[in-house]
Amino acid sequence: MSRFKKEGKQTVPELNMGSMSDIIFMFLFFFMVITTMRESSLFVKITVPAATSVQKLEKKSLVANINVGAPNSKELLKKLGPEPRIQLNDQFAEVSNIIEFVEAEKQVRNEADRNIMTWSLKVDKNVKMGIVTDIKQELRKASAFKVNYSTSKQAPERK
Amino acid sequence: MARKTPGLNTGSMADISFLLLTFFLLTSSINTDQGIQRRLPPPLRGDEKPPKVNERNVLQILVNMYDQLLVNGEPMNDVRELKGRTREFITNPSNDPNLSENEPKYIEELGKAAVVSKGVVSIQSDRGTSYEMYIKVQNQLAEAFDEIRNERSQQEYGKSFDNLNDEQRKIIQKIVPISISEAEPSNYGGKK
Repeated sequence: MSRFKKEGKQTVPELNMGSMSDIIFMFLFFFMVITTMRESSLFVKITVPAATSVQKLEKKSLVANINVGAPNSKELLKKLGPEPRIQLNDQFAEVSNIIEFVEAEKQVRNEADRNIMTWSLKVDKNVKMGIVTDIKQELRKASAFKVNYSTSKQAPERK
Repeated sequence: MARKTPGLNTGSMADISFLLLTFFLLTSSINTDQGIQRRLPPPLRGDEKPPKVNERNVLQILVNMYDQLLVNGEPMNDVRELKGRTREFITNPSNDPNLSENEPKYIEELGKAAVVSKGVVSIQSDRGTSYEMYIKVQNQLAEAFDEIRNERSQQEYGKSFDNLNDEQRKIIQKIVPISISEAEPSNYGGKK
């Protein structure tokens, strides 16, 4: 008669948590891959210009960045004014500091790699050429010849 | 009323998550730096004179503080015309006496002579020129040289420049050198 038998206890089945770790690891790896380590935070505002014919920088460990742009926070703007500034590593610098910077960056690399280093100029597009030229002259004096003008990629125009 | 649900077999979950992981690994690209790469000339030593270049072999590009272009003395309104102009100047297909000289030069690796242009593109910017304009000019030149290199690769090897191996690439780089010279900037529009 009792076809629909009532069970006394209603037990919730246990979930198998064994694979949770896999999922978490997956997230971990995913974020490890997409986030790039930023060694120093920028104090200057940089929007690089766009170009169609760009090359990728090959060896990241052999690239040193030179950042040029106007200060990006209100306090700094008040203190320093809107003139473009050079940032090397994590501090503001003058054009005359470039040679020291080049030497310091070369020192931390292997001797064999020092001459194939690339100097990446990350310059805001609103900056005037004057300061960029000064930097280039200093780089020439410091025999850092391989430069890269950092740009963003733009799709080529079709006619 | 709920019945006891059978335990799910989660053994394959790990496989699925690994699949996802590899998928993201392959499709997401690490944010790489990119840009236009150039070589700066070594500084001139004391009394060293810059090499003399025949006037017809120089394409002179001037950019002033208002980002206006002057190419070989004529104003150019649109920077995009520069690519074609540079290409014509360097390749000089019709042997125009006003454009750059083409000279056959023996390339050792190739084992025969190849036509090499003697043309040099000279850029002079002002201290007041915007960096954006400067990059636009550099980009046009880069595109022009890329096209010429591609053309020559097709001629020599029947492949585009990107598909050549390292050795072939070196030869093409020798045949079509990126000859861009930068003059010291003028200072009309900048305080410093």
